[in-house]
Amino acid sequence: MRDKIFYGLGALGMLLLARNLYVIANFPPEAAQGAIFKIIFFHVPAAWTAIVAATTALVTSILFLTTKNFKYDAVAVASTEVGLAFLAINLVTGSIWGRVIWGIWWTWDWRLTSALVCWLLYAGYLMLRHAIEEPTQRATFAGVFSIFAFLDVPIVVMSIRWFRTQHPSPVFLSSTGSFPHDWTMVLLWNWVALLMIGVVMTAIRLGHEQTQREIDYVRRMAHAL
Amino acid sequence: MTAVSVDGVWKFYGDYPALRDVRLDADAGTCLALIGRNGAGKTTLLRTIAGFSKPGKGAIRIFGQEPRETETRRHIGVIGHGIAVYDELSAHENLTLYARLYGLPDPRRAALEWLEQTGLERVRDGLVREFSRGMRQRLAVARAFLHDPSVLLLDEPFTALDDRAIAVLQRLLREALANGKTVIMSTHQLREALELSSHVALLNRGAVAFHGACTAEMLADPGWVYARYGEG
Amino acid sequence: MAVTRELPDVAVKPATAERRRSSFARLVFVVMAKDLRAELRTKEAVNASLAFAVVILVLFNFAFDLDDPATRTIVGGLLWLVFAFAGTLVLNRSFARELPNDCLDALVAAPVSGATLFLGKALANYLLVLAVELVSLPVFGIFYNVWFPFGQMLVVLALGTWGITVIGTVFSALTVNIRLREVMLPMLTYPMLVPALMGSMVLTAQLATGIPIWGESATWLKVLVGFDVLYTAAALALVETVLVG
Repeated sequence: MRDKIFYGLGALGMLLLARNLYVIANFPPEAAQGAIFKIIFFHVPAAWTAIVAATTALVTSILFLTTKNFKYDAVAVASTEVGLAFLAINLVTGSIWGRVIWGIWWTWDWRLTSALVCWLLYAGYLMLRHAIEEPTQRATFAGVFSIFAFLDVPIVVMSIRWFRTQHPSPVFLSSTGSFPHDWTMVLLWNWVALLMIGVVMTAIRLGHEQTQREIDYVRRMAHAL
Repeated sequence: MTAVSVDGVWKFYGDYPALRDVRLDADAGTCLALIGRNGAGKTTLLRTIAGFSKPGKGAIRIFGQEPRETETRRHIGVIGHGIAVYDELSAHENLTLYARLYGLPDPRRAALEWLEQTGLERVRDGLVREFSRGMRQRLAVARAFLHDPSVLLLDEPFTALDDRAIAVLQRLLREALANGKTVIMSTHQLREALELSSHVALLNRGAVAFHGACTAEMLADPGWVYARYGEG
Repeated sequence: MAVTRELPDVAVKPATAERRRSSFARLVFVVMAKDLRAELRTKEAVNASLAFAVVILVLFNFAFDLDDPATRTIVGGLLWLVFAFAGTLVLNRSFARELPNDCLDALVAAPVSGATLFLGKALANYLLVLAVELVSLPVFGIFYNVWFPFGQMLVVLALGTWGITVIGTVFSALTVNIRLREVMLPMLTYPMLVPALMGSMVLTAQLATGIPIWGESATWLKVLVGFDVLYTAAALALVETVLVG
């Protein structure tokens, strides 16, 4: 039953995505930047999805540390991996965007820079997990790291933003120029679609984690015999 | 009076139970020998009683208190697999450090006393990294007894001790037991352990297979418990 | 030794909160002194750290044309890169030095809180890294003819180094017995330290160009202080969880 729900959610997400793509394709090109501006419909919601994933990871990490229930740890790692994937989408779309507009693959625009640092932060979480063998210690240390990482995110974003106001570099989204209302709606709908896909990816990853734990358990039992 | 009480303790590594529903008591003034094959859970049990890790289920009480309470820890002495002294410090500096950490009123004097007790007073200013193995072991014993603990948790303490160190440890343990201290000792050296012990517990795959008083039968044939209650 | 004793009253707590507080400070000092004494006896980490710092400072002259006055603005960044890298060599040792002989077990078993252990070690690390930095600073000045107003530079050093130390010490505990610890610690620590390193770099660059650190509304000072306070609190709260499984 649970699997069916996730299949359904995934299918719904794909349908929504398809519908959004159709709508986006039919929007007129943006005045200043042309067609490439439409990458924003994926670039921005991907980042928002990553934030949701990071928050989920924080909450479940704290829950694991207080309850020692491994289900929470499983959600924490699954959610972090999915968040990293979406943040990577944000970085790649940002890079493509910059390449098309300015001919350069990267610019130290404050949003992109913050995203990159946060990506490295959470990649560290995964590296830490890979390096610890014993499951309880792995989950505990990863949980503590997750809390530290989440605390850093707002400080990183704020300080890089402030740095870039002192040392400007090319910026994608200028605060001038309004975003048409119907575009905003599609942006939000696309976020919903990405969230649905994110949830499904997390569920799949959770399944892997459960299988891994069972294998771990059987292996330790075998060693003890 | 019950000094150490282990009540329905489970300890998990991931999902694997290293300790399964362990129930044990040790009264004050008694010595409990923990025996079992390697991997049976002796070290895990001792570490959990000492408060190094928390049990997944169940409770451990030392004189009715949690092992991790600061005041309780003052009364616990531990000898693990490592000697737990710093190579770069001298014997005296090591013992003074621990005396201070345990809040002893006169750390330096306590350190000197215990160096004498373990026959190390002549090398008190020598760095531990220059010590022979036997000297390091004796320093480890001094460290564990330094703060006059009421509960001693010893993980295979006789393993790899030289004769002099064994003699020191046996003397100290006899004195401690005579003074009403409690000792829980895991061991493979059945003979040395059973001479000192009043009780024996056999662990098998994380569960208690036998727990009872030390009998003449066991002293005569240390393998008796394994044969009777162990598995192969 | 006493002949017979009453059973210990383990439920007795220290009489006053004040005695407890001074005892905390005393125990932190004991732990700090232990780490400092052990390190200064071998000087392994500080020597390596200092040598590393000097070597990088030398290498920089091949990478940049530091006679060009325009490059005074990158000076802040360079210096803190050196400090971050050299500092890691010291911080790596922090909990790792407890591993031989299972000393960490004895510390955890002792009646000292995790916060005490952490603070003692962090302070020891702090002093060691500061010492390396204070030696590197005149070397840097001699090599590149860049001098900072000492008082203000000390403030930046004090704040920035504490940020590096706090994160580095906690992560030293997190990575104490994992594979590839020497590589893992920097990889985990540097992204987390971005705000502190940035703040320190900007303030140092300001000082190099004659702007006082409280110039431009002292924002970066506030960032550093906020970072230090936040992570010290987080570390003190979470270190017990890390040390007791």
